Amino acid sequence: MRTFIGIDLGSTTTKALVLDENQKILGRGITNSRSNYDVAASVSKQEAKIGARFTLFHQALGDDGSVDVLLANLERNFRLEQFLAELVQLETSCDMYLDHPRFADTKNALREALAAVFRQIELEAPAIYAPDANRKSDFFRDIAGSRFMSLAEKVSKESGVSFDALLNIYDKSILDIEAMVSTDEMVAKQLLNGLSRAYRDMGGVNVSEAEAMVTLQKVLALELEETYVVGTGYGRVRLPFPKEHIRSEILCHGLGAHMMFPGTRTVLDIGGQDTKGIQVDENGIVTNFQMNDRCAAGCGRYLGYIADEMKIGLHELGPIAMTATKTTRINSTCTVFAGAELRDRLSLGEKRPDILAGLHRAIMLRAMSIIARSGGVTDQFTFTGGVAKNEAAVKELRQLIKENYGEKTINISAESIYTGALGGASFAHRSVNN
Amino acid sequence: MSGAEVTKSNSQLIQKAMISRNYDRITSGECKVSSTFVPGNLNELLMCFDIANNLPEINAIQNAMRKKSGDMIQEAERSGHSEDVCTYVKADIGMMAKGNIAPNGKPFRDPDMLLLSYSGCFTFMKWFELLREQYKCPTVMLHVPYAADGQPTQNMRDYIVKQLKDEVIPTMEKVSGIKFDIDRLREYLRKSAIAENNLVWMLEQSKRRPSPIDCYFGGVYYMGPIFTAFRGTDEAIQYYDLLRLEIEDRIAKGLCAQTLDGDMPEEKYRLVVEGPPNWTSFREFWQMFAEAGAVVVASSYTKVGGVYDYDGFRHDPDHPLESLADYCLGVYTNRNLPTRVDMLARNLKEYDADGLLINSIKSCNSFSAGQLVMLREIEKLTGKPGAFIETDLVDPRYFSAANVKNRLESYFQMIDQKRRAGGFVTGIAAVGA
Repeated sequence: MRTFIGIDLGSTTTKALVLDENQKILGRGITNSRSNYDVAASVSKQEAKIGARFTLFHQALGDDGSVDVLLANLERNFRLEQFLAELVQLETSCDMYLDHPRFADTKNALREALAAVFRQIELEAPAIYAPDANRKSDFFRDIAGSRFMSLAEKVSKESGVSFDALLNIYDKSILDIEAMVSTDEMVAKQLLNGLSRAYRDMGGVNVSEAEAMVTLQKVLALELEETYVVGTGYGRVRLPFPKEHIRSEILCHGLGAHMMFPGTRTVLDIGGQDTKGIQVDENGIVTNFQMNDRCAAGCGRYLGYIADEMKIGLHELGPIAMTATKTTRINSTCTVFAGAELRDRLSLGEKRPDILAGLHRAIMLRAMSIIARSGGVTDQFTFTGGVAKNEAAVKELRQLIKENYGEKTINISAESIYTGALGGASFAHRSVNN
Repeated sequence: MSGAEVTKSNSQLIQKAMISRNYDRITSGECKVSSTFVPGNLNELLMCFDIANNLPEINAIQNAMRKKSGDMIQEAERSGHSEDVCTYVKADIGMMAKGNIAPNGKPFRDPDMLLLSYSGCFTFMKWFELLREQYKCPTVMLHVPYAADGQPTQNMRDYIVKQLKDEVIPTMEKVSGIKFDIDRLREYLRKSAIAENNLVWMLEQSKRRPSPIDCYFGGVYYMGPIFTAFRGTDEAIQYYDLLRLEIEDRIAKGLCAQTLDGDMPEEKYRLVVEGPPNWTSFREFWQMFAEAGAVVVASSYTKVGGVYDYDGFRHDPDHPLESLADYCLGVYTNRNLPTRVDMLARNLKEYDADGLLINSIKSCNSFSAGQLVMLREIEKLTGKPGAFIETDLVDPRYFSAANVKNRLESYFQMIDQKRRAGGFVTGIAAVGA
């Protein structure tokens, strides 16, 4: 079948989205951007195609309520299969690094230590993907990395093997794994294995395993033709695409927001290092835009620095800020001064949640200035980008829009991170069909 | 592409030689030297006293294009100048601190006088205060009233003429030891007007499709002699004659605009640009336009020394001092915002441009203040889309290639999208739509 793909290479994550002939979303994929945009584009595209297979599988099975249960179980078990396969690759890669002359004397001890770590991660893996498990990230690098760190520390203490050496081997090996892209065949195998695994402990599903297996095989046999691929985002010029396949992220975000919410006239996108205020017309065509200059003050990366400074996860910032009892006034959204600003407030006795609330407000004040420069807020307003997932940021934004522009419809999609990729895929569709 | 050899026309080579000769004269020690600024400069008057014209902004630009300004600016910052100060100033101060070597490799001599003939930029005044402190030489600061109501008044003109008679000319006589001869001034002004006629002819050739010239990046070269030390000279007349022949030849051959990397293969977008260019990445910046097929058909920067095309100003040998006054008053940044809006909107219409691009300069308030308001106003007046980029004059730290390219590409694609959607009509017909 013909598909139209948009790939948004952001500075932090790379997103891909697959549309079908009728501009219906078949699948979405996301990965960390690494330092290799080509690989990030390929991985996210493969992930989006995996999403498309799930959609097609769902369609083929019909609307029986139990299908959702089956799909959820397949998803978990497929991810587990995928994780285990990558873990094998990681171990193989680690093993290869042991041949380095510097490990000549410790090779055997390191190999044993690594084996102990990997066997333990394998044992833990099903729990990581259990139905009620709470994963802080879906990226292999993050999950495997955090388990490796903690287990390697323990094993090194017990065995006397150097922890630094283990870490060094891991650091090198993970780069190799991140440069790998799963083939369609590997994905098919993992999906089929995942389905078998799902049926081992799943109840309440009306579809028999045999029927599901045949259906999934049919779906996997279907060719997802990449009819047209459009690249956008920060790293777009690095894509091995012809020039006409590269679109500006500003236009893609404008069109993507229009596709999600056709009433959109003003778009705010806050990504890793860009904040964009975009005005679009009734067809999703950009009529005006403003963005931050080279300084990434007040962008997603700023929140990342703050989280690092506070030694908490990025996703924890919003919830902590939501517990604030007042909003500390923050003057600078300069990323360079983020740590200094934070320590300054803490030394004055301000509470962390209040400071964080202030930081979120400062980011949004800066965003409001960019929006104002692009032409202000016109109904409807759509907020996109990674920061749209942050509830504290959204709260401040709602308040500032109300204060400055009155009551406006504010759209935020749960899938807002894919806005640029959706715009790109729509451009891909238009390139062929218009 | 940026590593390839630069393609230069004969007129560019001749201009290079002219600039080089002027630096040799300034550094020779054989004549008196005045430092002065480009906007509203009084070159013909300086010539009446055989005083050589040294322009600190041009020195900063020369140093930027030779990739030297970054170190100079940091040198100035080390001596206490803030990051926010005009980078022309800091490049100049840094150059002095690093031995005050002219672009020809010889040391600058201390100037014999400082002549400020445009006070619309407050930074200019402060800059010359610093230089006065350094050189302790006679300093004339001609006060040029801001044309706040759009048009300069007779009072303003009289006020400047009075300053010329009472302050500027007597100081020049004292510095040079030469008596002022108004007929000598008339002769220089007559020559200025000849070159100025060719200059305006040149500016208007970009109304053609394709435009044979780029009036922003290319315009910088074309404006050079008229805005610096050559207005009023035979050299300038010869330069503009030659330039005219070159452009006529391009027109006859149907060529698109000439760039440093050769002729543009096609013309896809026609832009009007407001604001100075970035000098530290000048070629890279131009390539971003040329590679996309974008030509600048008119720009406000080519009016920064003086405005000739908008209201027909020419230096007038019959009214020598009055026309010098009008020249100073008519400088682009001395015009109020409605006039600048009208000028740019007219350019958009008359040059059949796709839209207005503003290059906002981080360290130049003189240009940047009010630019967003202008952008909105011009969009409203013309119905054509505008865009906004931010760079700096000569501080390489403020040029973010990825950011600028991102905005430019978005703008070009936005124009494409509007064309395809049919919601965008080029040409005069769009006005008022």
